[in-house]
Amino acid sequence: MMLLDVKSLAISYGSHRTVHDVDLALDRGEILAIVGESGSGKTTVIRAIMGCLPGTGRVSGGDILFEGKSLLQNAREDWRKLCGQEMSMIFQDSGNMINPIRSIGSQFVDYIVTHEPGTGKGEAWRMAADMLKAMQLPNPERIMEEYPFELSGGQRQRVGIAMAMIFSPKLLLADEPTSALDVTTQAQIIRQIVDVRNDYNAAVIIVTHNLGVASYIANKIMVMQDGHVVEAGPREQVIGHPRHEYTKLLLDSVPVIGGTCYYE
Amino acid sequence: MNEMAQESFAGKAPVVMQIRNLTKKFELDNGKELTACDHVTLNVYQGQTLGVIGESGCGKSTLVRTILQIHPATEGQVLFDGKDILQCRGEEERQVRRKIQMVFQDPTAAFNPKMRVKDIVTEPLRNFGLLKKEDVDAKAAELLEMVELPAEFKDRYPHSMSGGQRQRLGIARALSLEPDIIVCDEATSALDVSVQKNICELLVKLQKEKQVSYLFIAHDLGLVDLMCHQVAIMYLGNVMEWLEAGRIAFHCRHPYSQALMDAVFKVDYHKGEKIKALAGDVPSPVDLPQGCPFQGRCPLCQEICHQEKPKLKKVEPGHWVACHMVK
Repeated sequence: MMLLDVKSLAISYGSHRTVHDVDLALDRGEILAIVGESGSGKTTVIRAIMGCLPGTGRVSGGDILFEGKSLLQNAREDWRKLCGQEMSMIFQDSGNMINPIRSIGSQFVDYIVTHEPGTGKGEAWRMAADMLKAMQLPNPERIMEEYPFELSGGQRQRVGIAMAMIFSPKLLLADEPTSALDVTTQAQIIRQIVDVRNDYNAAVIIVTHNLGVASYIANKIMVMQDGHVVEAGPREQVIGHPRHEYTKLLLDSVPVIGGTCYYE
Repeated sequence: MNEMAQESFAGKAPVVMQIRNLTKKFELDNGKELTACDHVTLNVYQGQTLGVIGESGCGKSTLVRTILQIHPATEGQVLFDGKDILQCRGEEERQVRRKIQMVFQDPTAAFNPKMRVKDIVTEPLRNFGLLKKEDVDAKAAELLEMVELPAEFKDRYPHSMSGGQRQRLGIARALSLEPDIIVCDEATSALDVSVQKNICELLVKLQKEKQVSYLFIAHDLGLVDLMCHQVAIMYLGNVMEWLEAGRIAFHCRHPYSQALMDAVFKVDYHKGEKIKALAGDVPSPVDLPQGCPFQGRCPLCQEICHQEKPKLKKVEPGHWVACHMVK
């Protein structure tokens, strides 16, 4: 049994169907990259898996099975148990996810205590600091005392990953986790996500528009266009032998260092 | 530095703008100083593209803002059209701006949402009194055609256009005054890759037709490598490497440039190939330590790098590197 099994998923906003017929299956330790242009529905798919479609968004067809159990039947309480502990999410800028007027430590402790009500505050603090350290943040005790604006983009993203991984979830969803970062920081964060996959044997779905990142990190790649999956398969196949015209167009559009200059 | 001013490595292309020792310091509330640009010297050649690349906070946007006189320079000169444009004031300054136009990063925020496309593209011409009201429609159609947009778009509003179309509109507006230089500050980084490619091809085509020069600011190494004739790599306000000839892909030698290259994810990467990530973050540009700005993250750092700030020195014709370790 696969950890995650999405079967002919369709998603609608109001009466307008935006995502059609998505199939995907993922096991622990695997990384799936969803690539495509803005508006292609990549983020909508992972939001549906997490049960957090915004506004009038709803799953209008198909099914999402997590460990063999349909998530669509979940009541509010079931989602609360699942999110954060069994699956969690990293956002494009974790700085927007955390409260700007509270220190990192105080919200991290809140987060832990909310999800595991038995935990004492002191213990939660220690867990949080250990996790920040595991994410290679220098001087975790100081970062716990700091406010989000005092951290760099890369540091905030590491805090986001630390919060997402604190309960060792089986599934990690990452929505453009490096798009707001510089190339050197992007490389650090992508390596961190690979380490997290190795250490926790988690399944990862990463949404990105950077085909280089997808090619580096993923076992499987899914290409979306206008709400449809146009091509999906193992990384080697999609990158090495793309079959759909759109995949070829995307691959062809990436500026390659050392390639033919545009002005030639 | 004088040597740099004299030599030209862009074939026969004449220099249109010389940036000389341009420095911009900001005073902070606590009395400290932030050096955003430190003695930057660069040339822009006619009909060619100068790329400026670096991580966020490296001073690339401050550089163009200083050139465009959005804020005053602390020191240095920008020679254009036979004069130091940083000294121009009033009407003279306005006339200089006519020759240097800008394409912005966010094509949504760059336009007044309540103006029609035809008014947007012809506004610069109307401002300079170069276009009569009755000619607006014809001129707008002509400008839109130049950037490969349908002429019918002239009666639309920007919100009914896609990001790529809006960026074309931004280019049409910048070109309306027939400037010598267009500054593109991350002009394609908000766009999807396939759209980005189309916009770049359009920029190159227009450059060939009109012999306009671009000052192309970006953080995508691959893009700068393919777009630009000359490249400057900046770190904490300093030009670390300046390639007037040759390409970053094949010729860059500064350890920072190498680190940037190593951090790029290639689509055709081979299995097992590891990406090398530079450790740590860019340090704060306030109260920089003496010596090389890159000392804290450099794999080659030696004692001398803590003591003395390396100057740009010529390593081969048309190639300058600021590093003690590069001979």
